[in-house]
Amino acid sequence: MKRFAALIDRLIYTRSRNSKLALIVDYLRHTPDPDRGWAIAAMTESLDFPAVKAGTVRALLATRVDEELFRLSRHFVGDTAETAALLWPDAPGKKADLGVSEAVDALAAAGRSDAPAVVASLLDRLDADGRYALLKLALGGMRVGVSARLAKQAFAQAFGVPVDDVEELWHAIPPPYAPLFAWGEGRAERPDLADVAFFRPFMLAHPLEEESVDLADYAAEWKWDGIRVQIVRAGSGGGGETRIYSRGGEEISAAFPELVAAFDQDAVIDGELLVRGEVQGGEAASFNALQQRLGRKVVSKKMLADYPAFVRVYDLLAVDGNDLRALSWTERRRQLEAFVPRLADSHFDLSQVIEATDFGDLAERRAGARDAAIEGVMLKRRDAPYVAGRRAGLWYKWKRDPLVADCVMMYAQRGNGRRASFYSDYTFGCWSDAGELLPVGKAYSGFTDEELKWLDKFVRDNTLNRFGPVREVEKSLVLEVAFDSIHASKRHKSGLAMRFPRISRIRRDKPAEEADRIATLRAMVT
Amino acid sequence: MAKTKTWIEPHPGGIYVKPADLWIDPSRPVERAAVTHGHADHARSGHGAVFATPETLAIMALRYGVDAEASHNQAYEYGDGFERGGVRFSFHPAGHVLGSAQILMEYRGERIVVTGDYKRRADPTCTPFEVVPCDIFVTEATFGLPVFRHPPTGDEIAKLIGAVRAEPDRSVLVGAYALGKAQRVIAELRRAGWQAPIYIHGALEKMCQLYAVHGVDLGELRLVSETDKAEMAGQIVLAPPSALNDRWSRRLPDPVTAMASGWMRVRQRARQRMVELPLVISDHADWDELTATIGEVNPKESWITHGSEDGLLRWCELTQRKARALHLVGRDLEEEA
Repeated sequence: MKRFAALIDRLIYTRSRNSKLALIVDYLRHTPDPDRGWAIAAMTESLDFPAVKAGTVRALLATRVDEELFRLSRHFVGDTAETAALLWPDAPGKKADLGVSEAVDALAAAGRSDAPAVVASLLDRLDADGRYALLKLALGGMRVGVSARLAKQAFAQAFGVPVDDVEELWHAIPPPYAPLFAWGEGRAERPDLADVAFFRPFMLAHPLEEESVDLADYAAEWKWDGIRVQIVRAGSGGGGETRIYSRGGEEISAAFPELVAAFDQDAVIDGELLVRGEVQGGEAASFNALQQRLGRKVVSKKMLADYPAFVRVYDLLAVDGNDLRALSWTERRRQLEAFVPRLADSHFDLSQVIEATDFGDLAERRAGARDAAIEGVMLKRRDAPYVAGRRAGLWYKWKRDPLVADCVMMYAQRGNGRRASFYSDYTFGCWSDAGELLPVGKAYSGFTDEELKWLDKFVRDNTLNRFGPVREVEKSLVLEVAFDSIHASKRHKSGLAMRFPRISRIRRDKPAEEADRIATLRAMVT
Repeated sequence: MAKTKTWIEPHPGGIYVKPADLWIDPSRPVERAAVTHGHADHARSGHGAVFATPETLAIMALRYGVDAEASHNQAYEYGDGFERGGVRFSFHPAGHVLGSAQILMEYRGERIVVTGDYKRRADPTCTPFEVVPCDIFVTEATFGLPVFRHPPTGDEIAKLIGAVRAEPDRSVLVGAYALGKAQRVIAELRRAGWQAPIYIHGALEKMCQLYAVHGVDLGELRLVSETDKAEMAGQIVLAPPSALNDRWSRRLPDPVTAMASGWMRVRQRARQRMVELPLVISDHADWDELTATIGEVNPKESWITHGSEDGLLRWCELTQRKARALHLVGRDLEEEA
């Protein structure tokens, strides 16, 4: 754990991407299997220990440290794992180093009942830095600035293999990636993926910044407001396996068993996962409805019935064993239109191309789209192949203009991590008919670093009350809040909830009495 | 015994001693001020008369243009003091920076100690803290949370020397507060056997000279502004924290950015400061020192002035000690801790 703890400490304090790369390359070259595989999996958030959660650690700490002192410390530090690592008392005596794989094995074997004892015995063998590394490994949220992409590049650089090969193999082989290291070090052939339902990195879009594009070169589609998924089925006959991946390559099959069961073709599709809403007469419901289904490991029958999921298919990456990614969009689209009828129409439909006559017509249709599930328009170059990541000029996203409202800051809370010393999360409200200010949402983004400093000072200078980490402020500052849509909600007293609210401007010029009214916001509900 | 509430009043802007008509560490100009030490959140200009140790007066003269020689300003050695309005004031070492003092007040049989800032561990640049028994102990709480446990200073200095030796083509630039921290880091480096010249930012020069005049040997110091860039490769450079990410640092050979502060214990704090080499070296008591000190002084009541007062209050509650928080304003010189 010493080497791993030293590595993540160096990574935390190293800013340049190249220096981070050099540190990981060095670690991968000089650390044996399986430690290096587990370490890289931990850094890229690819490990999960179901029995060990932040709650486990909090409960464990409560047996050694006063709960109130833990709570105060946690608010200051901004991170549960680091707080626990610093507060855990050093066990007496000299300890033999704990191996990364030894720790992983112990954590993986832990059940809910013995997890606290397992974690305690591991913590007792480490110093503060080691405890930090262990808890980060166990709980995730490493925040060392190592993306999966950077890790793959480090692997490619460490062993002199093409990064595209690493990219594809990575998702097909589970941690600690022993066959991958064997191949990298020339001790084995490239692993064969024919029968593996592996993830292909998504093709992504840049925001549209041009005034317009020529629709002769670009096809237009609606951008749906669900979650982007890839569904992969590999292996023929009864041995086939279907997996659903989210945008980051995380497998989410367990949350959508009905889609896994319905996807029975040897193919790879790219589409938008949506939930059918009754209010929309069977059409796609808002993102709010979809959220009920996300992040679940077990899905109840009621969930399946209340929030039925389906996929609106955008693209076809492979079919019947043939990889289509090198083909143009036009050709893939032709094959996609022929393919979609092979899928059950109860769970899959084709994303329609928008038949606009010219760009002006498209702009009008975009402006007129009131469907809650439409986030904007996608523009895809007709002659472009399907390539990983964001490439200039190939795909654009053209989001609907956000809605805005002038709201009044009511409460502020300290942020997490790098923002632990700043009041960076703001609850804001609008005026009811009775002249009462009611909260309508909470935002923690949209401002610059300079603006954050100013807002933080405003909060400190205008505090009315303190409730733990939350401060109630003088109701005097107007914030212009931008949001994608607004929905009816029981969570706020105002009966409203915003989707993706962010602070678009600080309106120091505007008196609080002139902020928007709840009634105005209610009229924007979709 | 006197009733405390009738003779001493904590205000947001300082502590007022009524019978003596005198303020301790006031944040605005007053007629009479007793000052614990030279940091800007405790010492300032514009007072009618200042009562402090000779070192603190010298520091105030250097930093705030206070006339240390003027007859209305009075200097007292450790253990000495004066009487005013029936209150006996005396100065006792606080171990925080050169000249830092706790102020003991005795009035009608009651003893109150105001610590200012203090630490308990050894510091080659100042006189160590003395436990002064009292009824009311007015203590700081900068690091009043149990996450703050400063490692042994020697380990952090070894880390610094190791970093310089690991990359002989680069310099290591250490951000250290100009009064106290900078001189302590230099003195600790000398103690660890680092004999090479240490390079300093111009803003540190006068204070280092003041320390030398008061008998603190800092070895050979050179000004960065008068040195060739190449000469500083493989060397240690000190600057105030504000200069770390400033254009000024471009005159150094590819510097590794370090910072000496108790806040460096928390990773995200170090990251916020864009620090590559955090050094946990503080002039304030850590959690163990704060709690041990309250235990040793064993006052009837503790008043907690600034920092993480909630944490220390909770500890007092758990150990059944009487305590209250004073909520003084403007006492968070983050740079200095």
